[in-house]
Amino acid sequence: MRDISLHLSDIVQNSITAGASLVEIGFRLGEDRVLTVSVKDDGCGMSEELLKRVQSPFTTTRTTRKVGLGIPLLMQNAELSGGNVHIESKVGEGTLIEAAFHTDSIDCLPVGDLAETMATLVLSNPDRPDFSLECVSPDGGMEFSTAEIRAALGGVSLAEPEVYQWILSSLKEEIEPILGGIMK
Amino acid sequence: MKSLAELEQIRKQTLERINLRKEDKSDLTRVVIGMATCGIAAGARPVMHAFMDEIGKRQLQHVTVSQTGCIGMCRLEPMVDVISPDGTKVTYVHVKPEMVPRIVAEHVVNGRPVEEFTIGAAEDA
Repeated sequence: MRDISLHLSDIVQNSITAGASLVEIGFRLGEDRVLTVSVKDDGCGMSEELLKRVQSPFTTTRTTRKVGLGIPLLMQNAELSGGNVHIESKVGEGTLIEAAFHTDSIDCLPVGDLAETMATLVLSNPDRPDFSLECVSPDGGMEFSTAEIRAALGGVSLAEPEVYQWILSSLKEEIEPILGGIMK
Repeated sequence: MKSLAELEQIRKQTLERINLRKEDKSDLTRVVIGMATCGIAAGARPVMHAFMDEIGKRQLQHVTVSQTGCIGMCRLEPMVDVISPDGTKVTYVHVKPEMVPRIVAEHVVNGRPVEEFTIGAAEDA
């Protein structure tokens, strides 16, 4: 993966497969320049046994083959920057995955195009789940929620091109001042 | 979040456009993009964006864009299926955003698949 946003597209897919109805995404950059990326869902969760195995590239819930690279690749890149990945999960309640990136490390990936990632996530999953995004840095903060957009649109699908363009442009505008320094 | 009031305007615009579409559902072309770990790593997201852009620019009524998981040919990602209203499916491989305007213009709009981008052409090479 070339940037953290691409990891996000990939990791969120796990939440969707777990049948989540709400996926809460956070990008929090602290004064210490550590970026914590979190994905919290209310999907089916994982058993303790699966949770132990999930960091192995030879673990997958797919039946068509035996490898799954999403989490191992995320861990590799977080650890390369001096950070780590932390996963909590409870069956029936959901899963939280947090990846810490030391953005001052030369080996840290850039955040990448987070606006486009969020917009394509919404476009690909227009009916369910709902997504929320919170970006915070010493420069400010922003929040985004598809539940509010859905309510405002009253029946118009989130996958319509006009809606996609609106989501993309508003996210771009709002994320840039907050995470602009680490996006590229 | 940016002003939700703007959404009311977008809602109206979209409804006007969709009402044209509703009459004829049999006309729908589907664009399906592989977005598993392999697809994403190979660059599927900008391809999806390029399709939305092109469809928006041309104001196409009868096209939907969606995603699918891993198809099992990761070496050919990003992969895009274009499924015509009659059910025929054409699979494009190693798709880059620059290729999207041609696929939309020649295939989605005019019904002529872009042979050189298809999986058949890639396998023969």
